[in-house]
Amino acid sequence: MVTTTSSRTPLSSPMETPADTPASRTFKVSSVPSEDDRADTLIEIKDFDFYYGTKQALFDINLKLDDKRVTAFIGPSGCGKSTLLRCLNRMNDLIDGTRITRGGVKVRGVDIYGRDVDSIELRKRVGMVFQKSNPFPKSIYENIVYGLRIQGVKSKARLDEVVEKSLRGAALWDEVKDRLHESGLSLSGGQQQRLCIARTIAVEPEVILMDEPCSALDPIATAKVEELIHELKKQFTIIIVTHSMQQAARCSDKTAFFYMGKLIEYADTRTIFMNPANAQTEAYVSGRFG
Amino acid sequence: MKRFFDSELETFRSGLIRMGEVSIRQVRDAIKALVESDVGLADQVIAADDELDDLEKQIDNEAIRYMNLRAPIATELRLVIVGMKASHDLERVGDEATSIAKRAVKLAAEPPLKAYVDIPRMAGIAIEMLRDAMDTFLSGDIEKALAVVRRDKEVDDINKQLYRELSSYMIEKPGNITRALELMFISKSIERIADHATNIAEEMVFLAQAQDIRHLEELKKSGRPAVG
Repeated sequence: MVTTTSSRTPLSSPMETPADTPASRTFKVSSVPSEDDRADTLIEIKDFDFYYGTKQALFDINLKLDDKRVTAFIGPSGCGKSTLLRCLNRMNDLIDGTRITRGGVKVRGVDIYGRDVDSIELRKRVGMVFQKSNPFPKSIYENIVYGLRIQGVKSKARLDEVVEKSLRGAALWDEVKDRLHESGLSLSGGQQQRLCIARTIAVEPEVILMDEPCSALDPIATAKVEELIHELKKQFTIIIVTHSMQQAARCSDKTAFFYMGKLIEYADTRTIFMNPANAQTEAYVSGRFG
Repeated sequence: MKRFFDSELETFRSGLIRMGEVSIRQVRDAIKALVESDVGLADQVIAADDELDDLEKQIDNEAIRYMNLRAPIATELRLVIVGMKASHDLERVGDEATSIAKRAVKLAAEPPLKAYVDIPRMAGIAIEMLRDAMDTFLSGDIEKALAVVRRDKEVDDINKQLYRELSSYMIEKPGNITRALELMFISKSIERIADHATNIAEEMVFLAQAQDIRHLEELKKSGRPAVG
């Protein structure tokens, strides 16, 4: 059972809905409205069941993700958060034996699992950055323009423009502008990850999915990626899977907590980290799970 | 899951409970010293204030250390924040008790202006409010905390009534002025103690529910918070 709360309702035990809580125990208080109050829904996941072969990995997920906001997916390993992330741009199509038995995902009202949806086209709109940076064994320049070359863009002026814009967007331009034709693999780990982000934004997606983008990075590189996320959300919708509670707290506007394939709680990040409604959420964010 | 630093939070909680006990004892003894003209007891109250000062510093240090090294979240974070705020209120309660004790020493040197009735009654309410607020720290009983907030008006009303009464004593006879002024200050101290108890009750609501109920007029007027 999912607890989706913006105003707080106390719960006495995990997995309990707030419906039977005495109303007298909550108060109307004046509070600063969350900026999320003004956000539109971009992605809607409805009644979503997902299987790897015979093993069910996601159970009845219902979730609305806000446009131009950062949403963090958190939860212990194996809870389904990365699986759900990959469902948002049909990356799981590439794995044999995966199937959706119920429900669906809509991006701006369009069912992404619809028959007429081209998954390649979808992945242009919903880009992805992985845990381990994976630049192509090509130059920095060629990494960025790879997607555009596939799209058939040939104009050098256009490609140059996109390279600069994307590298600036990924806060990497100043560090690499004099060596654009060196290998992407010559960069440091943090720079490689930002190169991958630049490559993703080069095709101007609407959504950027990030699967533990900082788990292999040192604190300085992590801070740069976090700063970047903060900048990118002005232009893109970002969904980030992270094992770092502090990263989720720092970077995201909303947080969804998953456990054993179920969405347990989804609320403003401020709420999740100050007063989660669910005891399991509280135990997890406080590092006391288990 | 139990964590190796859980005992630090227990120590923190114990420190705050200890502060609550000491501050209540200080107020009770200060009033007793006043009513019974017991200079020895008043001196004890004055001397014992150092313990509250030390406890406040200890709680602050532990809270800062815990936030720095353990990065608390949710209930733990609220506990540490509330602990710091409540300990400050309790330290101020101690200061008011000391102030009452000092005035009790001065008043003991003269015959009483009038029989002590309203001041002990008012102090009794303030002490109950303090005790209830601190009980809420252990029980998380929101209704009890709200009752403390609502009771503050009772103490305010007695303070106003005493102010009027003592003013008339002063107008009546200039020789009463010194004693009446001391009693006015004592009444004001008790009124402040009740304010600190109210603050603590509000802090305990925040601890239990992460809701800020400070300065909600509807809470004081209607006796019931708006439900929502």
